[in-house]
Amino acid sequence: MEAVSKKYSHKATGWRLFLKTIIARAYPRIIGQQREISWMVFEVVMPMLAVISYVFVYRALNAPEEYIGFVVMGGAMTAFWMNILWSMSSQLYWEKEQGNLALYIMAPNSMMAILLGMALGGMLATAMRAIAVTLLGMLMFGVTFTVSSYLQLFLVFMLAMVALYGMGMMMASAFLMFGREAWHMANLAQEPIFLASGFYFPIKSLPFWVAAGASVIPLTLGMDAMRQLIFPTGFQFGFMTVQLEIYILAALSVVFLVTAKFLLARVEKLAVREGRITESRR
Amino acid sequence: MSSSLAIETKDLGRIYKLRGSKKETRKELVALEGVSLTVERGELFGLLGPNGAGKTTLIKILTTLLSPTSGWARVAGADVNAEPESVRPRINMVSGGESSGYGLLTVRENLWMFSQFYGVPSKEANERIEALLEMVGMKDRMHTKSSDLSTGLRQKMNIVRGFLTEPEVLFLDEPTLGLDVGAMRDVRRFILEWLKADKERTLLLTTHYMMEADELCDRVAIINKGKVLACDKPSVLKQRLQKDALFEIEVSPLNGLTQQMLVDQPEVTKAAISETETGAKLSLSLVEESALARVINLFTQKDVKVMNLSKREPTLEDVFVDLVGRSMAEEESNGSSE
Repeated sequence: MEAVSKKYSHKATGWRLFLKTIIARAYPRIIGQQREISWMVFEVVMPMLAVISYVFVYRALNAPEEYIGFVVMGGAMTAFWMNILWSMSSQLYWEKEQGNLALYIMAPNSMMAILLGMALGGMLATAMRAIAVTLLGMLMFGVTFTVSSYLQLFLVFMLAMVALYGMGMMMASAFLMFGREAWHMANLAQEPIFLASGFYFPIKSLPFWVAAGASVIPLTLGMDAMRQLIFPTGFQFGFMTVQLEIYILAALSVVFLVTAKFLLARVEKLAVREGRITESRR
Repeated sequence: MSSSLAIETKDLGRIYKLRGSKKETRKELVALEGVSLTVERGELFGLLGPNGAGKTTLIKILTTLLSPTSGWARVAGADVNAEPESVRPRINMVSGGESSGYGLLTVRENLWMFSQFYGVPSKEANERIEALLEMVGMKDRMHTKSSDLSTGLRQKMNIVRGFLTEPEVLFLDEPTLGLDVGAMRDVRRFILEWLKADKERTLLLTTHYMMEADELCDRVAIINKGKVLACDKPSVLKQRLQKDALFEIEVSPLNGLTQQMLVDQPEVTKAAISETETGAKLSLSLVEESALARVINLFTQKDVKVMNLSKREPTLEDVFVDLVGRSMAEEESNGSSE
């Protein structure tokens, strides 16, 4: 009986509640990764098959050896893009189907903290897959990395992740609002984005406007800058200078996060006004 | 919560705009109409009505998940529409048959996660989870993945989730839906213990189980087609039928006996026939007991044999029939065919 009569010493509010929510919502993603090892195998083996085929094609064509490293890095970064496109984007939709979305909205926490938690969890879980692909690539094809600036590399990677997951958060709200239509759009965009974002080759090889258009996807510029920073001759294949790419990635981060916040507020408003967004169709 | 009222609504209404094809004009569905209710702090208040009566719509409005199209509602002293951020830390909700949480997480982890969204300190949350799970008889399943739980255990986990955050006002929307008899009993006992532990706690329960409402609730509002038809203590609601004599009669065979024939008898105010495997069960409401002789006489004329006859006290089901003119089951099947 004491268990139901004793009061809690305190309850966190404000930014403490915000942080608690982020950590709590990231938890299922990180733990889920450990409990479902089969996902790990599937999501490492599949990108590796693409990496292997590109490596053989490049070697058959006598392409510069740097391309092998580009492909391995692209294979590793594919995991993040797949995570955004198929997991992060549809997450709010699945939360609705599961019955969690109404509970999230009804709780005193911020929905933005929920989305950030999803993003953080997804990012950490996917980082494991990306590391696995990189290590396999290094072992199988003898790829070596020579980092010219650790600080810049860290900055580029972090900005690319913030912008990418900001984009994922924005897409999560869009998927919830537009449902099946958004799903079809993502399906349609998957292959062209793989091509235009230069996952397996430097985007400098593409016509300028195609490469510039593809730069809206944060991984495009992120990968381009990272290739310049971890391969000694990488700068020869760079689309823009690393510094400029850092500025653009920072701008993209702000744009995507602000848009995500705006769309999320709109989704919440619509949910309360129309009552159908939190409704499961099951 | 300064006011003595935990929940207050005034002329609350909600109209849904139903989406059809683009050419069609949008249809409207009135889910709630002019609902005015007050629930005192410390009260266990029941909302009783068939599926589609508007119970869940009302709960959604009170839990800040849906805005009303007319009227207003206050929960824990704050307006649900204008100040949802003041209401949310003070409430929680559990729905029957919900599948919230994540299957890969254990029961403890799922509950811990939800407690964090309310800012509960981790250590205290874990202690409380253990204690609450023990109370609902689930402590041994604390480390079981929630995907491995049966429906009943999963619902018990959801119920613990609702109580875990120490809400001032808790909304239980059909919490015992789909549970077996034992689990239902556990849940009802737990609800009463939780309320007894703190006189400030308020609970609003929706159910279409009449017995549940009768057994648990201090007061009950009977709701149908979005309107509150009556609201009072179960005993007071039943008293309105106390003047009638209620009989249940099992007969075999029916031999063409109809509800209309029974109602046509003088002093028979209401009659319902439900067919059974061996014949039929009749529920009769008579102005006075002496009218029973005339009914039995009708049975003799139709060659209907009485297998069993009992007089009974009125229930909330009878109150519903009295107010609506149909049983709750009939109302539900009628509603679904409309």
